[in-house]
Amino acid sequence: MEKWYLMTAAVLLGLTVRWTVSLNSYSGAGKPPMFGDYEAQRHWQEITFNLPIKQWYFNSSDNNLQYWGLDYPPLTAYHSFLCAYVAKFINPDWIALHTSRGYESQAHKLFMRATVLIADLLIYIPAVVLYCCCLKEISTKKKIASALCILLYPGLILIDYGHFHLGFALWGVLGVSYDWDLLGSLAFCLAVNYKQMELYHSLPFFCFLLGKCFKKGLKGKGLVLLIKLTGTVVASFVLCWLPFFTEREQTLQVLRRLFPVDRGLFEDKVANIWCSFSVFLKIRDILPHHIQIMISFCFTFLSLLPACIKLTLHPSPKGFRFTLVSCALSFFLFSFQVHEKSILLVSLPVCLVLSEIPFMSTWFLLVSTFSMLPLLLKDELLMPSVVTVMAFFIACATSFSIFEKTSEEELQLKCFSTSVRKYFTCFTFLPKIIQHLFLMSVIAMILLTMMTVTLDPPQKLPDLFSVLVCFVSCLHFLFFLVYFNIIIMWDSKNGRSQKKIN
Amino acid sequence: MAAFGIATGGGNWFSALALGVTLLKCLLIPTYHSTDFEVHRNWLAITHSLPISQWYYEATSEWTLDYPPFFAWFEYALSHVAKYFDHEMLNVRNLNYSSPRTLLFQRFSVIFTDALFVYAVHECCKCIDGKKAGKELTEKPKFILSVLLLWNFGLLIVDHIHFQYNGFLSGLMLLSIARFFQKRHMEGAFLFAVLLHFKHIYLYVAPAYGVYLLRSYCFTANKPDGSIRWNSFSFVRLISLGLIVFLVSAVSLGPFLALNQLPQVFSRLFPFKRGLCHAYWAPNFWALYSALDKVLSVIGLELKLLDPNKIPKASMTSGLVQQFQHTVLPSVTPLATFICTLIAVLPSVFCVWFKPQGPRGFLRCLILCALSSFMFGWHVHEKAILLAVLPMSLLSVGKAVDASIFLILTTTGHYSLFPLLFTAPELPIKILLMLLFTIYSISSLKTLFRKEKPLFNWMETFYLLGLGPLEVFCEFVFPFTSWNLKYPFIPLLLTSVYCAVGITYAWFKLYVSVLTDPPVGKTKKQ
Repeated sequence: MEKWYLMTAAVLLGLTVRWTVSLNSYSGAGKPPMFGDYEAQRHWQEITFNLPIKQWYFNSSDNNLQYWGLDYPPLTAYHSFLCAYVAKFINPDWIALHTSRGYESQAHKLFMRATVLIADLLIYIPAVVLYCCCLKEISTKKKIASALCILLYPGLILIDYGHFHLGFALWGVLGVSYDWDLLGSLAFCLAVNYKQMELYHSLPFFCFLLGKCFKKGLKGKGLVLLIKLTGTVVASFVLCWLPFFTEREQTLQVLRRLFPVDRGLFEDKVANIWCSFSVFLKIRDILPHHIQIMISFCFTFLSLLPACIKLTLHPSPKGFRFTLVSCALSFFLFSFQVHEKSILLVSLPVCLVLSEIPFMSTWFLLVSTFSMLPLLLKDELLMPSVVTVMAFFIACATSFSIFEKTSEEELQLKCFSTSVRKYFTCFTFLPKIIQHLFLMSVIAMILLTMMTVTLDPPQKLPDLFSVLVCFVSCLHFLFFLVYFNIIIMWDSKNGRSQKKIN
Repeated sequence: MAAFGIATGGGNWFSALALGVTLLKCLLIPTYHSTDFEVHRNWLAITHSLPISQWYYEATSEWTLDYPPFFAWFEYALSHVAKYFDHEMLNVRNLNYSSPRTLLFQRFSVIFTDALFVYAVHECCKCIDGKKAGKELTEKPKFILSVLLLWNFGLLIVDHIHFQYNGFLSGLMLLSIARFFQKRHMEGAFLFAVLLHFKHIYLYVAPAYGVYLLRSYCFTANKPDGSIRWNSFSFVRLISLGLIVFLVSAVSLGPFLALNQLPQVFSRLFPFKRGLCHAYWAPNFWALYSALDKVLSVIGLELKLLDPNKIPKASMTSGLVQQFQHTVLPSVTPLATFICTLIAVLPSVFCVWFKPQGPRGFLRCLILCALSSFMFGWHVHEKAILLAVLPMSLLSVGKAVDASIFLILTTTGHYSLFPLLFTAPELPIKILLMLLFTIYSISSLKTLFRKEKPLFNWMETFYLLGLGPLEVFCEFVFPFTSWNLKYPFIPLLLTSVYCAVGITYAWFKLYVSVLTDPPVGKTKKQ
């Protein structure tokens, strides 16, 4: 590639922005007794280094699970273990059992930030670059532009980069969509073993690969492929869980830690249906626990069913990417016990379709960052958030000139509106509406941000602004869910008609 | 909607570049800042709370006001905004005061005044016509030039991390150069006169301005062979130029003349009591000279040719600005450096007089002046290399030879700024930004001149690649060796000597290319 230097520049820019943001404060800085996610990560290093592997997930006198107990799958634990070794080498105080609780210093902050940057550098960034290089049917310039935009996505940068499990998922997408099925499924299994939230993406993976097997014929090649895939998945899981398979109780305990169903329908202020809906009706208090679980399960299942069936019947890389988006979004909106950071799991697949529908993706990514505003404000990250969001917006606007791409064709809504027009002939105003909606939503987001920052909420409603932020974001997400589902459902016709045009 | 689109996207790459770098500057706000931060805070306090008559006498802080009056007025103007941020920073006795609001105000003052720099770059891009190359945007000379200037590594770290106001000062200089290219000489002269009264370091390039204006503006015509036509001299132009310079100086220095304080002002502006080299050796001729002296003294001691008792104890690298004695070679006096500088500058000035080549020739002369005084000046700061790097960017997109000189000069010059930032959190930033700028500048200029012979020969390539191992040794290997305590100055010494070689080479090569350029007639007619 003759323009490799522009790609290098994009990567270096992404790294620079990451590091400059990391100079700001972190979650729970100087806030005893619990501190924040930063302390959680440090505590895991302490636990994994000092305790034998059998006690990692168990409550004991040395391992108080109430204080940031390990609740991520084994790979995270192994990673913490690795980091702890390096920490021990630099300064043993950082991970000393008991005494190191709430340890904070400039040098330690530097170390923690460096671990994140290195993980990013080793896994996430190569995956992004490779993915963009492998994109088909677009010019080199566009490839570099999308790499730059993905790397500048502010949500991921701002949320303390503890989230490089996403990197694994990206490798998975890469592998699967370019016919390296085994590599893809291996990477995805690793991702799931890194963070259980990655299960949001599991259905599209499953459906896509299954669909591929069906396509090849279940009696011949398809069966071989299916067996190979199953083998890979089982093997990688066994490998990760090996130390915990020795006793049944071990495995169960880990699972209980991973899926804490007793925690409640939602925590804090999340921009999903349940949280937004509870403004009008306190579901959490009215309905019994198990019914809550049932309801959320049903809703999630129903909302993602159509897209998954479609993918199984017509597996295609493009459909796969869009299904990833819509499934993750359904999970985020309807499932049980969602965290506001989980929106990043939706943003990642949206990043992947950035070059296909630049306008809508940019819009979505802006909203997703906005939805985390209360969290960012709590960590005193206002300044870097505003700056990175603006930088991201400028990067997208210049490299894709998104404002000129709002025709039906470019929004991939051509087929949908054609079929609607059969019933309502005057249905031609869709792009106009979407443009106006975008303008309104941007204005709303800016206004809300300014209000949250400058005004004090009335005494009766201390959470007024954060609830408003959640509510507005939730409306956006519902709209996007509909939009992505429309694209998926009308996709195959679209593909054929596009070929004709080309 | 459409207007919105045009404003942000729509191929308006220049504003995207400028906005992008501005946002990056905003991200650099929480980084480390040097004592220059306190210097400028102190000046804000002095100009705000004291009458003019006290400005150049006040000495509560060790960082006394030592810039010309316009800069003092500039601080005065800033201080009237500063009082809305935090009034405490305007107290002269509040030494080392840096509340979060003070920090925010000071950083933003640099970012905002950089608007002038952005405008100047915009003007420069309009009037510089580089080599015609591919149709793609990223291969256009204008695009490359604006990236090289707007995203300049040196400016970013010196202004926005280390803390200084070089952005808008360089903006003034670039703007005056652009005005010369646009044949608006009076305006250019005015801008430069103003600039001189902002920061007197620009006196280094004053000879280029003076001779160029005299030769190419006051003489309105040339003989056919390019030599001077004496009867074309225009007194009106000379007088109006003189008037401009006089008026600007009168506005600046007049009040102090009226107060009878001029000697005090000048003693503040030109402190000759400082040492030959700055705390850290700027990578110039004297760095090589002092290094040679050190080597000779070590050899002398080994061979018992020198008496250890007679060697002066003051070490140059102890970190303080002080007088310094060389051991073997003769010590250098301010007068000697002055004469060396003069000798180094003269040929370039002669070139402008005898082989006038329009604004482009002037630009070369300006760069040579800046570089020569950097090479031989007294008490040179490493930051002064920016004085040559920024104008050199304008030349780099024109000819392959200039591009190659530019790349060597910039890369070594920027690398020599590394010791300015020595704190651990800034280490990744400086390495990443340096890589970003260097890789971009080298690759884009290579693409621009890909049809001509390669930009570097093997020796230059080898030298530039050597910077990598040097950095690894200085920052990652040396601190863990046992020498770190015994010889803490070795990384600095290595850096400045290694960079001095590159900068001397670039200076020499530029001189050769200027002196051997084809004579006037050919280039004039084109």
